[in-house]
Amino acid sequence: MAETTQTDERIKEISAFRRALIRPELGGIVGTFAVFTLFALFAFDSGMFNSQGVMNWTIVSAQFMIIAVGACLLMICGEFDLSVGSMIGFAGMMIAVFGVVLAWPMWIAIIITFAICCALGALNGWIVVRTGLPSFIVTLAFLFILRGFTIYIPQTIERKTIIGGIRDAAEGDWLAPFFGGKIGQPIFQWLGDMGIIGVFERGTRAGEPVVDGIPMLIVWAIILIVFGHILLTRTRFGNWVFASGGDAEAARNSGVPVNKVKIMMFMFTAFCATVFAVCQVMEFGSAGADRGLLKEFEAIIAVVIGGALLTGGYGSVIGAALGALIFGVVQQGLFFAGVESSLFRVFLGVILLFAVILNTYIRRIITGER
Amino acid sequence: MADAIIQMKNIEKHFGSVIALAGVSVDIFAGECHCLLGDNGAGKSTFIKTMSGVHKPTAGEIVFEGKPLDFADPRDAIAAGIATVHQHLAMIPLMSVSRNFFMGNEPLKKIAGINFFDHDYANRVTMAEMRTMGINLRGPDQAVGTLSGGERQTVAIARAVHFGAKVLILDEPTSALGVRQTSNVLATIDKVRKQGIAVVFITHNVRHAMAVGDRFTVLNRGKTLGTAERGEITPEELQDMMAGGQEMATLEGSLGGTV
Repeated sequence: MAETTQTDERIKEISAFRRALIRPELGGIVGTFAVFTLFALFAFDSGMFNSQGVMNWTIVSAQFMIIAVGACLLMICGEFDLSVGSMIGFAGMMIAVFGVVLAWPMWIAIIITFAICCALGALNGWIVVRTGLPSFIVTLAFLFILRGFTIYIPQTIERKTIIGGIRDAAEGDWLAPFFGGKIGQPIFQWLGDMGIIGVFERGTRAGEPVVDGIPMLIVWAIILIVFGHILLTRTRFGNWVFASGGDAEAARNSGVPVNKVKIMMFMFTAFCATVFAVCQVMEFGSAGADRGLLKEFEAIIAVVIGGALLTGGYGSVIGAALGALIFGVVQQGLFFAGVESSLFRVFLGVILLFAVILNTYIRRIITGER
Repeated sequence: MADAIIQMKNIEKHFGSVIALAGVSVDIFAGECHCLLGDNGAGKSTFIKTMSGVHKPTAGEIVFEGKPLDFADPRDAIAAGIATVHQHLAMIPLMSVSRNFFMGNEPLKKIAGINFFDHDYANRVTMAEMRTMGINLRGPDQAVGTLSGGERQTVAIARAVHFGAKVLILDEPTSALGVRQTSNVLATIDKVRKQGIAVVFITHNVRHAMAVGDRFTVLNRGKTLGTAERGEITPEELQDMMAGGQEMATLEGSLGGTV
């Protein structure tokens, strides 16, 4: 009785459907198909699928993706960061303060801003692992602290809450184009010449393609997704991320440096928020105290749609990226389809609820099918 | 018999004014299954935590492979070859067997100068080790959550053995398991012992101890009541020593014959 029979009748055949179901990306893949099918049917002629339209929702999706990657890895290692939105506002304001108010070279402003924000992320993480408090509370505190400073600093030194002039300050800088620039202009020019994408028909830019390149924001989104996905699935560190979120105590017993992993993931989340912020201020040319509002929740929603469990230990960066894509396509698609934009929030709530219920069901399948 | 792989000499452990261990001496030999029995509060946990480097003894000496041992923390003990498998907190249900198996000891392979998790190697080794232990997996990516409690214990034991444990401490591995799963774990203990590894099996179930144990040490209120060889002692006597009383003897009669 002690011996297991070699044919092993105990292993139940698992159906292909169930096997597919326990992949975290499934929800994201199905959702992406559904969303594109829907808009292709109802908004195809609205301009949503011409070059500007595609670029429009791609940029919005890429914004979500950048912060979703950080939030995803952090959620898998068992923590939340509610200060992402405030961090975006804060980082943008730091760029403006250093680069415009203090008139430092833009590349120094960018590097120092990254350093400050990653340090703040580390502080978030350090407090969480030291006190053992839920990250929900700690980062909620930082949501207010950072937002407060983001309003206070420009108010005090410039007597306003928006600081402009960033584009001028970034002129000729070597680092700024990595966030505010575009790549692939010749390809788009060629596509325009070939008549594949739309070109301006009148005015000073006649003959130039309407979409003249891929913003660095999108490049960053792709880099971060690839990096996050490889880190999570193909490295030792990725195994530690899963382990830290799955069961911190068991991970510690096996020699995983759980605290270090969590702190590093808080720093990575802050890094992603800063990438978002720098791209944004370079695009707008200004930093505003209200930037990034509610972004933390949007990031978390994208991650949950992407199949990650709120309780940690399970999820996928690809899933989170698809969640962000769904997010972006629907937000912009409703606009193209002429639907009242407030309904977007209704959609968000519904899809969030649906995703969480699906994830909980999937979790039950993975952890023992009982 | 050869020299003991680990000798616990007159171990005392005080927590403030509480004397958890009052001079316990046990020798453990390679290739034996040494059962450590005792009721709740007898000091079993304190004793094995002292052995595995979690606690420092207040007095007494630990000799490991002929050398006095002074572990700063459990990591040292694991590196030296003393592994503890806890009843809980060993496996992460949401992760695959292979990821669990190599947790904290991930195999690496270099691609373009960057270290990557060597999944092929991990999967191959995991499948082979599990087959040796008599567990057939659907695949190495099967989540641990789908395994039974006994299988999880077996994975944890196989993991410790694979990573070079010389002394394997099993903290109540069977206390939460059903009959069938218990016998799986006991069979695993038997396999491990035959590989020449010293197994310290902590339990308060005399039946489980008698099934695989070579020698038996009973702890009671922080003291050892001596070590007995297999065949020198009956389950009834062990039970009495653990309880330190007689009322168990009558109850034992009605329990006799069951595991």
